[in-house]
Amino acid sequence: MNIETILLMRTEFLLIFLLVALIVLDLFASNNLKKYFDSIACFLFLATTLVGFLPLNEGEAFGGMFVADRMNAVVKSILNVGVLLVFLQSKTWLNNAYTNHKKSEVYILIISTLLGMDLMISSGHFLLFYIGLELASLPLAALIAYNKYSKESVEAGAKFILMAAFSSGILLYGLSMFYGAVGEAGLYFDALSGLVKPTSIQLLAMVFFIAGMAFKISLVPFHLWTADVYQGAPTNITAFLSVVSKGAAVYALMIVLYKVFNNIFDSWEFVVYGLIVVTITVGNLFAMRQQNMKRFLAFSSISQAGYIMLGLLPGTALGMSSVVFYLLVYLVSNLGIFAVVSILENHSKKESITDYNGLYQTNPKLSVIMMLFLFSLAGIPPFAGFFSKFFVFMAAAEMKYYALVFIALINTVISLYYYLIVVKAMFITKNETPITTVKTDTSSKLGLFICVIGTLFLGILSYFYETINQFSVGLF
Amino acid sequence: MDTNIVIALFILIIPVFNFLFLGLLGSKMSEKTAGTIGTVGLGIVALLSYITAYNYFFGYGKVDGVYLPISEGFEWLRFTEHLHIDLGILLDPISIMMLVVVSTVSFMVHLYSIGYMHGEKGFQRYFSFLSLFSFAMLGLVVATNIFQMYIFWELVGVSSYLLIGFYYTKPSAVAASKKAFIVTRFADLGFLVGILLLSYFTKTFDFAQICDTSATGAILSNNVTTTFLGFSVISWAMALIFIGGAGKSAMLPLHIWLPDAMEGPTPVSALIHAATMVVAGVFLVARLFPVYYFFTPTVLQIIGYLGAATSLFAALVACTQTDIKRVLAFSTISQIAYMLVALGVSKYGAEHEAGLGYMASMFHLFTHAFFKSLLFLAAGAIIHAVHSNEMGDMGGLRKYLPITHITFLIACLSIAGIPPFSGFFSKDEILVAAFEHDKILFVCQYLVAGLTAFYMFRLYYSIFWGKETHYHHTPHEAGLNMTIPLLFLAFLTVVTGFIPFADLITTDGKPMEIHTVWEVAIPSVLVGLVGIAIATYMYKKPTLMPDKVSNSLGGFYKATAKKFYFDELYIFVTKKIIFNGISTPIAWFDRHVVDGFMDLQATISNGVSAKIKGLQSGHVQQYVWVFAVSVFIIAGLVIFLPL
Repeated sequence: MNIETILLMRTEFLLIFLLVALIVLDLFASNNLKKYFDSIACFLFLATTLVGFLPLNEGEAFGGMFVADRMNAVVKSILNVGVLLVFLQSKTWLNNAYTNHKKSEVYILIISTLLGMDLMISSGHFLLFYIGLELASLPLAALIAYNKYSKESVEAGAKFILMAAFSSGILLYGLSMFYGAVGEAGLYFDALSGLVKPTSIQLLAMVFFIAGMAFKISLVPFHLWTADVYQGAPTNITAFLSVVSKGAAVYALMIVLYKVFNNIFDSWEFVVYGLIVVTITVGNLFAMRQQNMKRFLAFSSISQAGYIMLGLLPGTALGMSSVVFYLLVYLVSNLGIFAVVSILENHSKKESITDYNGLYQTNPKLSVIMMLFLFSLAGIPPFAGFFSKFFVFMAAAEMKYYALVFIALINTVISLYYYLIVVKAMFITKNETPITTVKTDTSSKLGLFICVIGTLFLGILSYFYETINQFSVGLF
Repeated sequence: MDTNIVIALFILIIPVFNFLFLGLLGSKMSEKTAGTIGTVGLGIVALLSYITAYNYFFGYGKVDGVYLPISEGFEWLRFTEHLHIDLGILLDPISIMMLVVVSTVSFMVHLYSIGYMHGEKGFQRYFSFLSLFSFAMLGLVVATNIFQMYIFWELVGVSSYLLIGFYYTKPSAVAASKKAFIVTRFADLGFLVGILLLSYFTKTFDFAQICDTSATGAILSNNVTTTFLGFSVISWAMALIFIGGAGKSAMLPLHIWLPDAMEGPTPVSALIHAATMVVAGVFLVARLFPVYYFFTPTVLQIIGYLGAATSLFAALVACTQTDIKRVLAFSTISQIAYMLVALGVSKYGAEHEAGLGYMASMFHLFTHAFFKSLLFLAAGAIIHAVHSNEMGDMGGLRKYLPITHITFLIACLSIAGIPPFSGFFSKDEILVAAFEHDKILFVCQYLVAGLTAFYMFRLYYSIFWGKETHYHHTPHEAGLNMTIPLLFLAFLTVVTGFIPFADLITTDGKPMEIHTVWEVAIPSVLVGLVGIAIATYMYKKPTLMPDKVSNSLGGFYKATAKKFYFDELYIFVTKKIIFNGISTPIAWFDRHVVDGFMDLQATISNGVSAKIKGLQSGHVQQYVWVFAVSVFIIAGLVIFLPL
């Protein structure tokens, strides 16, 4: 391993270093020092994130197993920002009496899943891909079951690990069939792409693979775990699940579909097309009926995943840029909503939509901010969410998926309805006893600030989309 | 970035900052603070405009004796390889002239408004809207491309709507603001379609590229051959673009909004409806002049004739109005049409005074801005003193309002084309241009010049002379912040005629040699004097003459007083034909089919979501089962369906 390899894998190495450092700190530091654990972790993570913004050489390491290009560096940076936002909004939750003594676990586990995701999205070989996938899944189960004295949390953890095991099994089964069919060349993406043919076994392998990834992205009908797990998990972990984990999986799936299954585009186009239609629609239909805020957000995020997949479908540079841009916008808006939900939950233990009635009277600033994020998710201009939806639709329409874009547009109308339900609850519905005024802590404020700025300006300032587009054009 | 561009950038930043600052925090400050912030801001903007103008005209702008455009910008949105929207700043003679006009008048209006609007509810809001308008107008004139211009064009429309409807509790003001907005928006539809057509064929929005007439660079020449209904598509595009300009500049038959817009506060009329927004159409034609001249001469000719018709029509109507602001409004329409006539008869280039009309048009725009805003501000002072807009309530005011009287008289002499006031010089150039290129238009404009002198002095005598009216409160001159703008603008009205415009603003940037054409200048002064003489005879002392004249004209007088029934015609077309014939069926379609579809969507969504609720049972066994079955169904479809 030479210095160039280390530079190519700088994010991964920094994360490993960070992981070790935090474990050591947790084990050996004095209690006095441990009080500052959050700040130290956030600060170190911020440094890692900033390093990710430095210019990068493109290249391969370990004989093509690890691929570093500017696009996946952008995605890693987006994920880093997401994790940083999750850290910022978790502080209050972690410092309560029940979790204070084990707060280091959250940081360590999240960073290890992030490491898994980074490996997954920059892999050039199915083996590394699978290792990354598992590394990104297993610590999640522990995180979901983090409140181990809460029945819901434990149940959610159990459901997640069972479903994850099942879906990993399917995915691995698919990969093994694939290896059986074309494996003489090894499982390098580049080498495989020429060998893929629409034979039955390969198609079956492809479907198994897509199903395994669809579980991670929670596409319908592989989404059934989502609502239960999102509801049971601690809110900040739900935020992480719904944004960072999902984003990494989408990008990884996109890379494999484009690089490996390029030859059988017609087949995966059919599968992905169908998944998008049912995902957007079913996600919306369920979101309409939810009473619990976290379940509501679970279905909203399922539906949003359908829109992201819409950008993936065309298989063009424009599609890729629209996916990555959508991820970025979705990240700031959705994490913003979760930040508000978690602030209110920490304060009042309330998480039902009816609890939000009359919130504007007591917490006007939080309500307005929340409305901003909801509008962005619903795709109302001039917020960033409008632009991300616009680019996704444009990418799909460019490749003549008019029917699909039409379905997606109708669903946008439906989604507007349920996002506005929350807005209505906060601003219009009268309530005798609304949630009392909350004093937001500084780190959550900082997180919210970043989300607000992102939601307001990511779309209007064309710089972000242009940069992403430039990188994705380079890959095609 | 070039320092000159930076200065120009500040010209735009200051008003937009003031708008946000006063708009957001205005309610927390006193009138005095808000007024001072707005006025000082615009004062700085005016100063920066003068600096820009000085540096450009006497410094960096002139290269080898030719004024070159200077622009800088960045790409904002990219649609395709060719088509992208840029934002930037373009400095060339006409945009700099407009910067000077807009910032000067706006500054004066700000200052004047501190006194005029004193004690009004929403004083701070008024100033923030004024700043917004100034920003929009300044942005419009420095736009580097036609789309940026369109953005600011619409912003001008919005801020004008806000200002006309400033007294939003008064139904007539609300109706007027809606009328102005809808009529200009309707015209802007043409503008937008024109822009899209033009950019579709030229693959660019950029003025510099569109107007490039050199043999190698002309993108347009390839497209002149594509025709639609007998005209080239470029002609259609340019005609549609002009419709947008005609809407803002209140050309026939889109002029109906301007007289009603007088419902707004009078300083607003001075700023928007005399000097700035209404000349946007003239500016637009001037900006695209090379295209009009070289590629669509027919359209340019139509513009000239439409201008002449409008100017004659508006001058006739102005003779019969009794509301002093409406007289001024029709006079504005008439004068703006004058400028368009000048553009219509202009040729291109500096040799043999070919581009005289263009220069004259810009010159008249410049001088008119000052004397017309002076007239409006003076009218405001009069209204402030007697609390009425009607001529009938006035008379003999010269004794009570000496400063207003003198400044108003200067402006009247100027618009009547009496030397040495500025209006004489610019109007004379227009008449010369018309005389040399189109005799019909010359006769028409010559007649209008006489009418103008007549109706302005009719106004002047009715206000300051005529019958001795008994006033409840003795009218008195307003405070300094209202009289200083009057005096300053009167000063400009006297001196701006001596600016050597032909050296500064020409079609191709090269200075033009002009000579005085006595056979036009002398008759034009004479016709002005005749108009004044008739007005003096009829209105200086209260006589029965006006009634006699109006009676003898009978139907024609009535039609003129009713503004040739344009409003009634519009009402008939909209209410009777469009509303009944088109809108009602569409409304039915909307209510039953479109809404029905939406309701259906809601019903289906609701029903289906209630039905499938059970799928989410919470049992992991079932989840795994669905997962496995789905995988196999999908795999079966993929493998066995012929794809």
